Amino acid sequence: MIDFDKFELDNGLKVIVHKDTSTPIVAVNILYDVGARDEDPAKTGFAHLFEHLMFGGSVNIPKYDVPLEKAGGENNAFTNNDITNYYLTIPKQNLELAFWLESDRMLDLAFSDRSLEVQRNVVIEEFKQSYLNQPYGDVWLLLKPLAYKVHPYQWSTIGKEISHIENARMQDVKAFYNKYYNPDNAIMTIAGDIRMKDIEMLANKWFAPINSAKTPARNLPMEPIQKEERKLEVKRDVPFDAIYKAYHMCARTDKDYYATDLLSDILSNGNSSRLFNRLIKEKRLFSELHAYISGDIDNGLFIIDGKLVKGKKMEEAENAINKEIEIITKQTVENDELQKVKNKIESSLEFSEMNVLDKAMNLSYSELLGDAGLINHEKLKYQAVTEKQLLRSAQEVFRQDNCSTLYYYAI
Amino acid sequence: MIDLNRNTQPEIKLVSKINLHQPEVVHLQNEIPVYLINTGTQDLVKIEFIFNAGNRYEKEVLVSRFSNKMLKEGTKNFSSNEIAEKIDYYGAHLQCSSEKDNAYVTLYCLNKHLEKILPVIEEVIFKPVFPEKELQILKQNQKQEFIVNSEKVKYVASWNFNELLFGKDHPYGRLITGEDFENVDLPKLVNFHKETYRVDKCKIIIAGKIPNNLVELLNKHIGIYGSSNYNMNTGEFSIKSEQEQNKHIKRDNAIQSAVRIGKILFNKKHPDFMKLKVLNTILGGYFGSRLMTNIREEKGYTYGIGSVLISLQQSGYFFITSEVGADVTQNAIDEIYKEISKLQENRIPETELNLVKNYMLGSFLRSIDGPFALSESLRGLIEYDLHNNFYENFINIIQNISTEELRSLACKYFDKDSLYELRVGR
Repeated sequence: MIDFDKFELDNGLKVIVHKDTSTPIVAVNILYDVGARDEDPAKTGFAHLFEHLMFGGSVNIPKYDVPLEKAGGENNAFTNNDITNYYLTIPKQNLELAFWLESDRMLDLAFSDRSLEVQRNVVIEEFKQSYLNQPYGDVWLLLKPLAYKVHPYQWSTIGKEISHIENARMQDVKAFYNKYYNPDNAIMTIAGDIRMKDIEMLANKWFAPINSAKTPARNLPMEPIQKEERKLEVKRDVPFDAIYKAYHMCARTDKDYYATDLLSDILSNGNSSRLFNRLIKEKRLFSELHAYISGDIDNGLFIIDGKLVKGKKMEEAENAINKEIEIITKQTVENDELQKVKNKIESSLEFSEMNVLDKAMNLSYSELLGDAGLINHEKLKYQAVTEKQLLRSAQEVFRQDNCSTLYYYAI
Repeated sequence: MIDLNRNTQPEIKLVSKINLHQPEVVHLQNEIPVYLINTGTQDLVKIEFIFNAGNRYEKEVLVSRFSNKMLKEGTKNFSSNEIAEKIDYYGAHLQCSSEKDNAYVTLYCLNKHLEKILPVIEEVIFKPVFPEKELQILKQNQKQEFIVNSEKVKYVASWNFNELLFGKDHPYGRLITGEDFENVDLPKLVNFHKETYRVDKCKIIIAGKIPNNLVELLNKHIGIYGSSNYNMNTGEFSIKSEQEQNKHIKRDNAIQSAVRIGKILFNKKHPDFMKLKVLNTILGGYFGSRLMTNIREEKGYTYGIGSVLISLQQSGYFFITSEVGADVTQNAIDEIYKEISKLQENRIPETELNLVKNYMLGSFLRSIDGPFALSESLRGLIEYDLHNNFYENFINIIQNISTEELRSLACKYFDKDSLYELRVGR
């Protein structure tokens, strides 16, 4: 159970406060409600590139990192399809410094050409390191556009291609900032040994003077229901064949989300899971095999991916996956098996409340989904899933014409 | 409205006093020491069993790794499936890992399920049977993983750099090949387990909100086993570094090269180790480091670059590591040497040193924050038979080290002629 308080400034900034007296460290998490899904299809990779630029100096502070490091703090950030999330931890006596730093970069950035040029290069190297210079590294660049034809989840956070990053111009950068980096588009959570009235005072002092600008409402196209099975074959210089199957599934806030997540656990969470037991150990078709959900806010993907054991045929491997899919769509899950995956969820939720940073991130994210308090209802929602719901969700997701398959052959 | 001056930074208060939690030590009836870090807020624990069963003690490569990973693949009374089923059913997580010096069996578990899980842990540690069928599967899958990793420049660089430093016959440096996986067999694993997973070499660290009956439970399941008298490999080897200090492993299709530059030093018991930690932080140990600032933030040659100081029981080493664009590899290497020279030629400016001191103190505070982080940090002492005063001394060193002392350390230890350089790529 995570207790918290919440208030909103006149400019629209939401502030969540969680008290944890067990630590000398305070965590500050600022979530901006902008991700790769908000990008122009001709300028992808922009939300992530922008995350890099947020460290290039703001209007009154030439270097973000220097004062923070001087105060014994540390920070990082990540971007995904849905959000851009900035976080820091700092010894509690220096908390005001975090307010100073974060409010200044919400107020206005310094926007230097030099910073843009360098960060373009850094991101291009990141593109190479993570997607191009790795065996199987381009899988997501292939699978996402296969699964999504209309919705912006069709491109990866890093961008569709390197040229989109190379072509980023200062005017685009400024427009992006003005459009999305507004108080009403951010959720700030502070967690640690703090007092509500101090946080109110600090938030009013540093954030309240930032002008409110209305962030435009999001209006993304819905991905139409997939009506035909899609397949793509590629040949690459990798050691083993691999297969990737992506099924469309519901949105993060849909009531079926919990059942669908439990399905992925039944299939592949832990060494007692079905896919591990039957296809890795009994049939020895795969050297590794995973089932998981993307967890996106809009309609996401249920993915099954695996690397084949040398010498095994793609067709045999795929048939074996399909057989497990058939079983889970036709037979009710036994009570014990359902209880097992619920126990695992209970445990992982408990372990996710171990430190102030994790709690701060989770609170911000829950607030984005509608209410920070959702965080305390997750366990019950998983516990309430019935065998019948699992069966219905499986039948909903695992339709053959809802599937996109990438066959990744070793040359 | 208050007049807000955003140009003035709020005052920074330094981290001056750090309260380092002193673990309680108890002994099981068979003398295994148990370190209790009872500081949690959630009803769960992490229990870590440490054995002298890393690479140092194996006669052939992979024996340490496979005997560790096979622990949960079948025991006298439980099959591999039964073990997995129990661990998963109770939402526990059992992690087996082996490193250069030690091997670990680590359990993460909600307190309410400990009574159900500890009988499994007892079997896993003391009664594994290494079933042939499970071994075949693990060998096949581990070998495939190894082959995939062999395609990644980062892995190739890491393995080969250790060979350069420690020599091809040293357990810290020995390379693995695909064929080595075929040579792992049951008798080797059984022997290694007998020799190394022994009561007289075991230590246990528990962190979390520790229930009152846990030590009693451990006595029931772990304390009943006696010491073995098998002879154990001493794990002492002499280091024979390769003659050639520069090596280039060609990967013609790589679009980035992995670069490593470094040398053998010493472990944390050496009086200069902690001082070098400060120098290493300045060079490549944090986001604002010299290497990150120059090679990432000014030149844009890489997504990341860092330097690391590693302590091992029998030695220690230092290296700089990065993956850089193929076309700028030489430029990046030149800049790395320039940054090292600067540390030798000029004193670090006081403002920079002060920043690093504060950063390191904050970083230390984070490294002991919460039961799990604290257990990691204390493990770093327990494995070397060191005590809390080691960290107190470290804080003292951070607070008092001078710019001149750092310059002379850079001259003494980072002499260019003593450095090994490896690149994997075009």
